[in-house]
Amino acid sequence: MKPAPFDYARPRDLSSALSLLGGNAGAKVMAGGQSLGPMLILRLAQPEQIVDITAIDELKQAEISGDELVLGACVTHADIEDGRVPDVSAGAMRSVAANIAYRAVRNRGTIGGSLSHADPAADWVSVLAALGARVTLRSVSASRQVSLSEFIVGALQSCLQPGELVAAIHIPKRSATAHWGYVKACRKTGEFAHGQCAALIDPDVGSARIVIGALDAAPVLIAKPAELFGGRVDADYKTRFDPRVADRLLNEAGVTDAVHRHIHLTVLKRALQEAA
Amino acid sequence: MHGRIDQHQASGQGVGARLPRKEDDRLMRGRGQYVADIRLAGMQDVAFVRSPLAHARIRGIHVPEAYRDRVFTAADLVGVNPIRAVSGLPGFKISEQPVLATDKVRQVGELIAMCVAPTRAEAEDIAAAVVLDLEELPAVHDMLQARAPDAPLVHEHWGDNIFLETNFEVDISAALDAPIKVSREITTARQCMAPLEGRGVVASFDHRLDQLVVTTSAQMPHINRNGLAECLGMDQGRIRVISPDVGGGFGHKGILLPEEVCLSWLTMRLGHPVRWIEDRREHLIASANCREHHYKITLYADRDGKLRGIDCEATVDSGAYSSYPFSACLEAAQVASILPGPYVMPAYRCRTFSVATNKCPILPYRGVARTGVCFALELMLDLVAAEAGLEPSEVRLRNLVQPDQMPFDNITNKHFDSGDYPEAMRRALEAIDVEALRARQRRGEPDGRRIGLGVSIYCEQAAHGTSVYSGWGIPMVPGHEQATARLTPDGGLELRVGVHSHGQSMETTLAQVAHEMLGIDVGNVRIILGDTAMTPYSTGTWGSRCAVMAGGAVATACGDLGDRIKRIGAKLLQQDVADVELIDAEVRGPNGSVTLREIAHTWYRRPQDLPKDVDPGGLDVTSGYKPQRDSGTFSYAAHAAVVAVDPDLGAVEILDYVIVEDGGVLINPMVVDGQIFGGLAQGIGTALYEEMPFDGAGQPLATTFADYLLPGPTEVPAPRLDHMETPAPYTRFGVKGIGEGGAIAPPAAIANAVNDALRRCGAELMRSPITPHRVVEAVIAAQGAGRAAA
Ligand SMILES: Cc1cc2nc3c(=O)[nH]c(=O)nc-3n(C[C@H](O)[C@H](O)[C@H](O)COP(=O)(O)OP(=O)(O)OC[C@H]3O[C@@H](n4cnc5c(N)ncnc54)[C@H](O)[C@@H]3O)c2cc1C
Repeated sequence: MKPAPFDYARPRDLSSALSLLGGNAGAKVMAGGQSLGPMLILRLAQPEQIVDITAIDELKQAEISGDELVLGACVTHADIEDGRVPDVSAGAMRSVAANIAYRAVRNRGTIGGSLSHADPAADWVSVLAALGARVTLRSVSASRQVSLSEFIVGALQSCLQPGELVAAIHIPKRSATAHWGYVKACRKTGEFAHGQCAALIDPDVGSARIVIGALDAAPVLIAKPAELFGGRVDADYKTRFDPRVADRLLNEAGVTDAVHRHIHLTVLKRALQEAA
Repeated sequence: MHGRIDQHQASGQGVGARLPRKEDDRLMRGRGQYVADIRLAGMQDVAFVRSPLAHARIRGIHVPEAYRDRVFTAADLVGVNPIRAVSGLPGFKISEQPVLATDKVRQVGELIAMCVAPTRAEAEDIAAAVVLDLEELPAVHDMLQARAPDAPLVHEHWGDNIFLETNFEVDISAALDAPIKVSREITTARQCMAPLEGRGVVASFDHRLDQLVVTTSAQMPHINRNGLAECLGMDQGRIRVISPDVGGGFGHKGILLPEEVCLSWLTMRLGHPVRWIEDRREHLIASANCREHHYKITLYADRDGKLRGIDCEATVDSGAYSSYPFSACLEAAQVASILPGPYVMPAYRCRTFSVATNKCPILPYRGVARTGVCFALELMLDLVAAEAGLEPSEVRLRNLVQPDQMPFDNITNKHFDSGDYPEAMRRALEAIDVEALRARQRRGEPDGRRIGLGVSIYCEQAAHGTSVYSGWGIPMVPGHEQATARLTPDGGLELRVGVHSHGQSMETTLAQVAHEMLGIDVGNVRIILGDTAMTPYSTGTWGSRCAVMAGGAVATACGDLGDRIKRIGAKLLQQDVADVELIDAEVRGPNGSVTLREIAHTWYRRPQDLPKDVDPGGLDVTSGYKPQRDSGTFSYAAHAAVVAVDPDLGAVEILDYVIVEDGGVLINPMVVDGQIFGGLAQGIGTALYEEMPFDGAGQPLATTFADYLLPGPTEVPAPRLDHMETPAPYTRFGVKGIGEGGAIAPPAAIANAVNDALRRCGAELMRSPITPHRVVEAVIAAQGAGRAAA
């Protein structure tokens, strides 16, 4: 199939992009085009105008600012994989990036596009939630910052308002004592995952951010992670893990199919086992 | 004959040489020319309005006023006949497939209207503006439900949904008291063939020749011409079908498409060239479906694992229409004739049903019915082995036809021509080192995965001819295969053959055959194929027949040409023809030699030097070939797979894969390796990934490659290959057909390996593909059963 007709603009600066978006309800942002391209071709998306944001330098910046890394929305998976941007995750993000899709997709696909598309099985959607990232949203008239859990509101749904785009992603520095585990189950190399878990666990301070992705809905950030470990997160968390609690949480999250639950549970278990 | 083979093998170009592919220079530099590369002046693009429903009555098709002259429906196609692919088998029910739907649509994606515009995107805009008024009817998408008496009817006037039912029996009652009896239901998923290039058509009209020219991505161009002539009611001489470079066929490109008929009509109506290039969504939704089988099968055996008989009821989901030329029954009816596999048994019964459903027609796919049959039979043999307490391979060795029985007429009267089946199995086992593997299995894996070994073996009838196909009574019966061999005035060789090459390397292997016969350098051989105006009639590429049939035809034509060359050469040398030889592209006599180039030059440019009694046929010969016996060659292979299964995630990794294959004398072993690699990749797809699911309303659910999974480079291991070369007794050079074989045995070997890995936890999978979900489901079910039993 071929796309329905659309206009195309490739502004050089953010304010032009924002005014194009603000001035036309039928305008749509395009970053790497790796998800939008197929949607255009299948005519699932029929925007009046495409606003290509990949010529905007500001959106390609990456810098450490204080205790966080700020990545422009148009930083690509390959930029992260290749170490062309700074890292505050002690290598976690680099290895995640290297296993997204295929290299050709990583060359173009962007971190901002990935989040905005809000595929519940996308890597960054779960990983950045576990890392405690926040996103800056910009429109002609406003700028706001939201947490990732606030940003992703459902499968393929973000809190982006008309005229708004993701400008930057803020990733807090990973504490030296935190363990990181990330496991995904894919049918084959480069496929979207059908089971996915990202876990950032800091036994020293008793905190855990555990995200289960690849569900039919938005990824789940486990609200009371200590329950998984008999009430507290400490150095013994791996051995204290209680699969029955995880099973109940998955059930509550809507995973009612026993086979799917088993796969998600296995992925969760392994992410915790592998955390280091 | 043999002396000659040895001699030209020594030159490194004849039969048996691992010659690099001649066509690669063009194809690997991106200079191939496919349908979508063709640009004709004034050409416009076509997009189709397709049915969004699986089953519906058409109440109206509303075309916006602005597009009245851009949109065409069945009402416009006056005089165009529906596609009819009738089988002569008794009881076959005829389906008529209108090229654009008339009163009803019977599958999602069925063509309803064609829209034409300067670009495809604009044509799609028009298609999107056409409004359909459809009355949805209950759809039947499950072949077993379709057999039920109260099922919705795909073709009302039939009274049921059965294209054809067949019965075959040899003394099944004699098996019923066997001490071992295992029964199962086994299913292979509906798949979609996925050549790199989809279908595509450019149609134009040549007024000078008063000829419709249809350029189409097809593997059987002469058959397409037959079908087009029937549907359009035109003389064959007014139709030329050209198949340019074709990016993979696999059976998908052997079918006459309604799109081909539509575009042929359209170019004649509009007076300018039109084209339609199938996109991947159309391809997945509305074309290329294949493989969907269901078996209710029982094996009977003695305690020592010796087969006493097989009893089976096989159902094939044939889809809505009988496809041209193979018909809706070829798949199921073949199941009955090939289910006994390479084994000896005294009793057998098989009942088959070709069932119509509201899905697209099932098409023959590399291996055709064999992949499903091998899956069913080989999975069942592992169960016999378990009952008999034997290694699965041992059960095979005890039941395979033995070499001293060859040639062997099996229980369905297949004439196995030659070979040593047990030896292939033994070599595969040796390559694996079964004992070490069993020991490793007992030790267990450090990562908790489970290791399994699976074997499978098949024999494949190939290049079967008139005596076999006349019985099916379908629109296509192969006879003699012909080739034209023509020496050009400068001593080059042109070969014209009616089969096509779309990955099988015919341009190389046929040149090798010509070299074998004439000693001519393969660089001086041009192969012309894929054009009804330039090549002799042929049924084309199917049934692993090209090397045997076109190879035989080229050898015959070159042999005849060689005789004429020798006679002219002898005259020029002033020798008796009995005293000269044709060697290394020259005619040699006791006192000198004359080259092909000199002989050609004489015939064309200096006829004054020719003897008065020269054969007026000249240096241009068309000859025909058929093997001495046309019941087919029987290549065979043993496959062994070692897998690791993650019982909690259901992931299957192939750790090792061994293939021991016998394709008779190999014209080019490297080409054969390539065919087997490609077939294996497709077999792995069948085993683990590929599935075209449907929802309850008959909607296909895998409409992009995000949902229809194909194995990629990381999923296909490099197999270890071993060739046996038992010359076929009835064919030229002893060649056997092997093109499809690689895709036949992998699903069975891999499934057996997975079941072997999971046996200790009691899980069993009897369905392809083996997905993570199915593995985990089976493991959980087995645990549940274990708990219940405890
Ligand atoms: C074959 C294939 C396999 C893939 N496998 C994976 C995988 O395993 N894991 C994974 O995580 N991803 C995978 N992807 C998706 C890939 O990571 C894409 O990069 C991602 O989906 C979208 O990024 P993009 O920059 O291409 O966005 P685009 O396709 O350009 O846009 C996607 C959507 O986001 C919107 N958008 C883009 N940027 C912004 C912005 N800054 N602000 C607001 N809205 C914006 C667009 O309007 C559009 O709706 C795969 C893609 C393909 C094609």
